[in-house]
Amino acid sequence: MKKTSFKLALISAVAFAAATSAFAAEKLKVGFVYVGPVGDFGYSYQHDQGRIAMQKALGDKVETTFLENVPENDSDRSIEQLARSGHKLIFTTSFGYMEPTLRVAKKFPGVKFEHATGYKRAENVSTYTAKFHEGRYVIGQIAGKMTKTNTIGYVASFPIPEVVAGINAFMLGAQSVNPNVKVKIVWANTWFDPGKEADAAKALLAQGADIISQHTDSAAPLQEAEKAGKLGFGQASDQFRFAPKAQMSAIVDDWSSYYIERTKAVLNGTWKSKDTFGGMDADMVHMAPFTNMPDDVKKMAEETFAAIKAKKLNPFKCPVLDQDGKAVECKDGKALTDKQITSMNWYVKGVDDKLPK
Amino acid sequence: MTSEIFQLVLMTVVTAATPLILAAIGELVTERAGVLNLGVEGMMIMGAALAFAGAYLTGSTTLGAICGMLAGVAMAALFGLLTIGFAINQVAAGLALTIFGTGLSGLLGAGFVGLKRDRPGHVHIPGLSDLPYVGQLFFGEDIFVYIAFGLVAGAAWFLSRSRTGLALRATGDNHQSAHALGLPVRRTRFLAALFGGACAGLAGAYLTLAYTPFWSPGMTAGRGWIALALVVFASWKPWRVVLGALLFGGATMLQLHAQAASIGLPGQLLSAVPYLATIVALVLLSSGARKNATAPAALGQAFIAPR
Repeated sequence: MKKTSFKLALISAVAFAAATSAFAAEKLKVGFVYVGPVGDFGYSYQHDQGRIAMQKALGDKVETTFLENVPENDSDRSIEQLARSGHKLIFTTSFGYMEPTLRVAKKFPGVKFEHATGYKRAENVSTYTAKFHEGRYVIGQIAGKMTKTNTIGYVASFPIPEVVAGINAFMLGAQSVNPNVKVKIVWANTWFDPGKEADAAKALLAQGADIISQHTDSAAPLQEAEKAGKLGFGQASDQFRFAPKAQMSAIVDDWSSYYIERTKAVLNGTWKSKDTFGGMDADMVHMAPFTNMPDDVKKMAEETFAAIKAKKLNPFKCPVLDQDGKAVECKDGKALTDKQITSMNWYVKGVDDKLPK
Repeated sequence: MTSEIFQLVLMTVVTAATPLILAAIGELVTERAGVLNLGVEGMMIMGAALAFAGAYLTGSTTLGAICGMLAGVAMAALFGLLTIGFAINQVAAGLALTIFGTGLSGLLGAGFVGLKRDRPGHVHIPGLSDLPYVGQLFFGEDIFVYIAFGLVAGAAWFLSRSRTGLALRATGDNHQSAHALGLPVRRTRFLAALFGGACAGLAGAYLTLAYTPFWSPGMTAGRGWIALALVVFASWKPWRVVLGALLFGGATMLQLHAQAASIGLPGQLLSAVPYLATIVALVLLSSGARKNATAPAALGQAFIAPR
């Protein structure tokens, strides 16, 4: 009796396994690798929102997996694990995953990879990023108008092109409305360490900054600004809930349309390696509501946003002067090229900081 | 530099050092009993998550801090059961505890992500707190800072002056002899490990209740490991933990202020300063004449009673 029931259980288990695997085979497995926790309410959170939107839009055609808190310098095995476990499309969402993604992609030519914010591609590796700097131009303008001490603090993460371009666009935005503005930069050398980010903001506030802008992922610097009765901006996501009296706006990344489009391309078999650099016009960059500012500043910010979205305004419109005051070569005549922006390793005039060479 | 900025800088140094002091003093007592618990980071993050959850649900910072300590104690009890009860390898169990705590805290804290609380108020003693330069620094910190210094003073007295402290040190230096003298080796070690857990939990609670008052997974960002290094740096002496933590916190804050003041050096070089300063101090300390300051002799060894 006992034996038969065991046999029966075994048979049904095998049948069940076969059925589920046949069922699973029809689904496209899509993997995501995040540098921070999905609960950071910032950069990784927005990528995960994109994943959720994609899952919703494509329903039972896809199955998604994500790995969070994956350190950049030890990401090979995480990416490879996704590739080995049958994921046919893998999004790696941080700059430092660039080389690991390329290494793993070489081993798995049948798997498609999408690397965010990088610049190296391969047959099966695409790159994509958003023109965050467009948003930074808008908040730079707001900061330039709102500062009383003419000193703005900027908590930065790592000196990679995306961050440097962000600082430059912010500076150009601020200078466009306030020629006397100064931006103080502190490199926290981390993407996510709330304590250290808060310390960096404290240092900037102590040095007279009355507005805190940040390119690190937690809400801690913004919260420090609120505690000190000063103003700031959210990062990558609307962080109003953390600082209702301090947040003036936030640059909000929106990856959903891109994730839907690229996953569909794999489903249809039309996926090709390419580079995507979308901004406000492609709905990849939004602004959180403009709050804690007078109506005239709000109006200016809304107009700037609309102008960039309509492609009437380019933050890197020529001439762009470098730190020494020399005009930077203007390759397409009107503004810096996408390539110049995604490989930016120099500061514009007026930035009071040195980049390590 | 005005007195206000001067004081502000020093206060940020103290607050940056506080979670390190709390976690390190607990680990120091644990290690003096001969138990090497590498799970500080895991106990700390559990303390951070549950302290925030507790404080958010009850609305009380004190109850939150107690929840954080209990979370640390529970984690330490698990560690104690494995390493002291079953004599499992302490290094492996400690590393496992960190991985476990990081994962479990993310799970338990998931419902509390994105919520915020107000910070606890600072101590204010009329007259004293308003003194220029040092008033706020000495008499106007938040309550956790005083608890941290109190714990260090208590641990220093306990280890060097009390009879139980002597028994604890004997256990850490030679558990066979301690056992032969009739000292309860395993009980002492278990209690020392629990104390370490409570301190690590409180350090985590400090992060989510006072330092950056919100919860986010992974927010301890390696502070548990720095606390472990501080114990070695302090050569297992309580007051040197304070010195090390202030040195590390001070170098961290000073480099941030140096960057904000744009003194013209690259930020990446300045970011390395706290680590360089720590290494230099470590070399100076260990090359000094104090050769008696070594690790507890039985550190990391499992005790199995001879029959």
